[in-house]
Amino acid sequence: MIRTLWLRFTDKIDPPLFMLALALLVLGMMTLASAANDTPARISSQAVNILIALSVMWAVAQFPPQTLMRFALPAYALGLALLLGVALFGDVVNGARRWLNLGITRIQPSEIMKIAMPLMLAWYFHKHEATLRVREYFVACLLLLVPVMLIARQPDLGTALLVAAAGFYVIFLAGLSWRIIVGLLLAGCASLPFLWSLMHDYQRRRILTLLDPTSDPLGAGYHIIQSVIAVGSGGIAGKGWLRGTQAHLEFIPERSTDFIFAVFSEEFGLIGNCLLLLLYLLLIGRGLAIAANAPTFFTRLLAGAVTLTFFTYAFVNMGMVSGILPVVGVPLPLVSFGGTALVTLFVGIGILMSIHRHRKLVQT
Amino acid sequence: MRLAEFKDHQRELHNFHLRIGIAGALVLAAFALLLVRFVYLQVLQYDYYRTKAEDNRISIVPIMPNRGLILDRNGTVLARNYSAYTLEISPGKVADLDKTINDLESVVEIRPSDRARFKRLMIEAKGADSLPIRTRLTDEEVAKFAVNRYRFPGVDIQARLFRQYPLNDLASHVTGYIGRINERDLERIDAADLSANYKGTDHIGKTGLEQSYENELHGITGYEQVEVDSAGRGVRTLSRTSPIPGNNLVLTLDIKLQQVAEQAFGDNRGALVAIEPSTGGILAFVSKPGFDPNLFVDGIDPASWDELNNSPDRPLVNRALAGTYPPGSTFKPYMALAALELGKRTPQQTINDPGYFNFGGHRFRDDKPGGHGVVDMYKSLVQSCDTYYYMLGNDLGIDNIARFIGQFGFGAKTGIDIEGEATGVLPSQEWKRKRFKKPEQQKWYAGETISVGIGQGYNAYTPLQMAEAIATLADDGVMYRPHLVNYIENVRNGERKLIEPKVKHSIALKPSNMEFIRRALAGVNTEGTGARAFAKAEYTSAGKTGTAQVVAIKQNEKYNEKHVTERHRDHALFIAFAPLESPKIALAVVVENAGFGARAAAPIARQVLDYYLLGKKPEHAAAEIPGNEGDD
Repeated sequence: MIRTLWLRFTDKIDPPLFMLALALLVLGMMTLASAANDTPARISSQAVNILIALSVMWAVAQFPPQTLMRFALPAYALGLALLLGVALFGDVVNGARRWLNLGITRIQPSEIMKIAMPLMLAWYFHKHEATLRVREYFVACLLLLVPVMLIARQPDLGTALLVAAAGFYVIFLAGLSWRIIVGLLLAGCASLPFLWSLMHDYQRRRILTLLDPTSDPLGAGYHIIQSVIAVGSGGIAGKGWLRGTQAHLEFIPERSTDFIFAVFSEEFGLIGNCLLLLLYLLLIGRGLAIAANAPTFFTRLLAGAVTLTFFTYAFVNMGMVSGILPVVGVPLPLVSFGGTALVTLFVGIGILMSIHRHRKLVQT
Repeated sequence: MRLAEFKDHQRELHNFHLRIGIAGALVLAAFALLLVRFVYLQVLQYDYYRTKAEDNRISIVPIMPNRGLILDRNGTVLARNYSAYTLEISPGKVADLDKTINDLESVVEIRPSDRARFKRLMIEAKGADSLPIRTRLTDEEVAKFAVNRYRFPGVDIQARLFRQYPLNDLASHVTGYIGRINERDLERIDAADLSANYKGTDHIGKTGLEQSYENELHGITGYEQVEVDSAGRGVRTLSRTSPIPGNNLVLTLDIKLQQVAEQAFGDNRGALVAIEPSTGGILAFVSKPGFDPNLFVDGIDPASWDELNNSPDRPLVNRALAGTYPPGSTFKPYMALAALELGKRTPQQTINDPGYFNFGGHRFRDDKPGGHGVVDMYKSLVQSCDTYYYMLGNDLGIDNIARFIGQFGFGAKTGIDIEGEATGVLPSQEWKRKRFKKPEQQKWYAGETISVGIGQGYNAYTPLQMAEAIATLADDGVMYRPHLVNYIENVRNGERKLIEPKVKHSIALKPSNMEFIRRALAGVNTEGTGARAFAKAEYTSAGKTGTAQVVAIKQNEKYNEKHVTERHRDHALFIAFAPLESPKIALAVVVENAGFGARAAAPIARQVLDYYLLGKKPEHAAAEIPGNEGDD
């Protein structure tokens, strides 16, 4: 009886995905325990976040993809409405207008878009599967660009990047012709000076700082210099858990959130980094396999985009902390402290599980 | 149709798989890039970043050694340290300096002179970590600032050791002073490879003993390895190497004698150097006026600086060391000795003094109208007859004079253990050739030798040289290097490093000649020009008065003290040693613009000798020197 219940309960959970996610969560909690030594409340708070995120994952996994598809348009519309709301009535925190106060709670609508965007585009392409022309791709681009611009204007470059990436992956996987991709790449390069002129000063500074962190060692370059020192000083075997000096002496900024990888890297060294890369690689590989085996156009696109978005998180974050990418606010997936990102990521994993477990049911 | 659809589906699926494959390849490539980066940072550059992290983490905090004390021969403290709180600003960490200082004013009193001094320090001590805006805070002020500290990032209270000169201007030219290290000092420290030892040190000896014995006084800086966080706060101490305190200087100088000498000058400007002939140890070293060295310690404020620097009395010039004066008649004993040793005169040989000496159409006049009549060597010294020495100078010739008298150290640095000594001028043909550029100026004229004979002309010596010479004479021609420090004391183990008396050279002099000079100089103080000043002296002594012209007197013009502006009046000089047999003290006195040596300089010498030989204080003796209160 209990066994049956347990089976029913775990029926939709994909063991490989779940084990990989769990392994990353364990590494994350260990690193947080070290990074948050002066803010111990974060550790219990993150434990609660994990429980909530896992519950959400479980819940999402129960829905068949057809149900998910039905959410696509409403979720996207809601997200877009909220983004407009933020642009008009949002609260300003740290100079950026990202939060919308709903009276009871404040939410960050851009976060919704990380899921709503691939959902919407996958649904859109699925609907027009039979008649995919340039027009559809053009509409898809519009559907992508409007929210991305709104988010970038807040300004929140990190989230804009992730949302744009998620949308782009859908369009790419939907078969956007290579000619257009190459054309877009060229156009993108050509528009760099224009983008530059649109950027905020601090964003420009981050990019300049990436090119030469020593140009501003006490200002914008400080974060990069200190985190790169942390990574490099970890060496092959690391300084040992709880023994990172850069972390514990507060040289690493944002060390339990966006820069937690610096703490991890300092304490666990190259060996730890390889382990982390391997776990991410396996998780992404599992996601891509699920996408490859998914039964419908919608599920294929969604699974592929969600998986590649996960990759984007990991790559951008580690690239930023190790000093090869500019500083943008992207957390290290499943490791960084923070409930919102965790929930969003597990919604994605839940979607992957749902797609995988329901693949037979959809098949005609 | 269904087949076409199926084929379509197959092709679409194939396309999708292709794209998933491409995406997968990109993921692998991206992760490979990260891996390469990690290997680069954590393996190839590991040493570099490990060092960086250690540098971040570990701060070497220098611990300043206590500066050595300066004590007189009897242990009276001339320079010591005390600890006090200062309010210091780190200019690098403060955005708006003026605003910060204005705001600070509401918490602690900041005088305009503090602001001015701070500005000066900003310019002088470029790149200093922190500079004092206020020194010597009261406990109340410390508490008041501590409460308001959060309002002033980059401003902090520091407990520092300060140098203090408890006797103020007494012997100020001997001790000298310390001041903030400036760029020139830094260059010197770098050149001497002492940068490490001066980490954390703000002050360095600028003049006097503080400067010349800097290496002894400073000590060796200790350090603490402290683990610091990113805000620079110390988290824990990793290791500690204690500083080694600087050594104490114990002087040959007798500060009570020094005080007697300084007071004897009254308001006069001038210098006095007293030396122990048998060792070269300096007993008193006076340059009047002095100054308060305490003013310089925390950076002198511009107003006080201007006052000291622009005063016509030039209190910052060490006259005993760097002032040069014509010796006037105090030159005559050496001239007489030269004549005896070179066989140009016997003591009994006489001349007739009509009151002048004609040479080359120029009349060299004697002070005494009508002259001294028949004059032998004894009388020439006791009554200070100029005509005798005009003639003698002419007979000896300039190069003989220079060669013989140079043996007494005239016109050469003595090698005393403080810096800034002037060389002076011992005139000779060679000197003149080197001194002047034009051929007609380079030629020595026989007429010039005549004035040199009475200690005028090009003659110019420091009071220190004059004292060294008379000490050498007192010790029968044995010349010691004059020195101020008796021994250097290691504070930790009490070990003493004695500054051994060092004989520079011995002048071979016939005892009979020395005997004669000694008798004649004793005569000066008993029946000659020094007799009034040395009336009823309870000890035997030798002396010679001198009066040095500051401006040349025209032919046929009589010098009249009252008609000459104060600054152009003659300098009064006196040299002496006592007791006559086995002298314990030899000295030279110069009193600027004070007229006759007999009247202005000899009484000062008398007071010094009375005190040193008899312990007798002049009647108007001022306050006692405070005893040794020890170091705090």
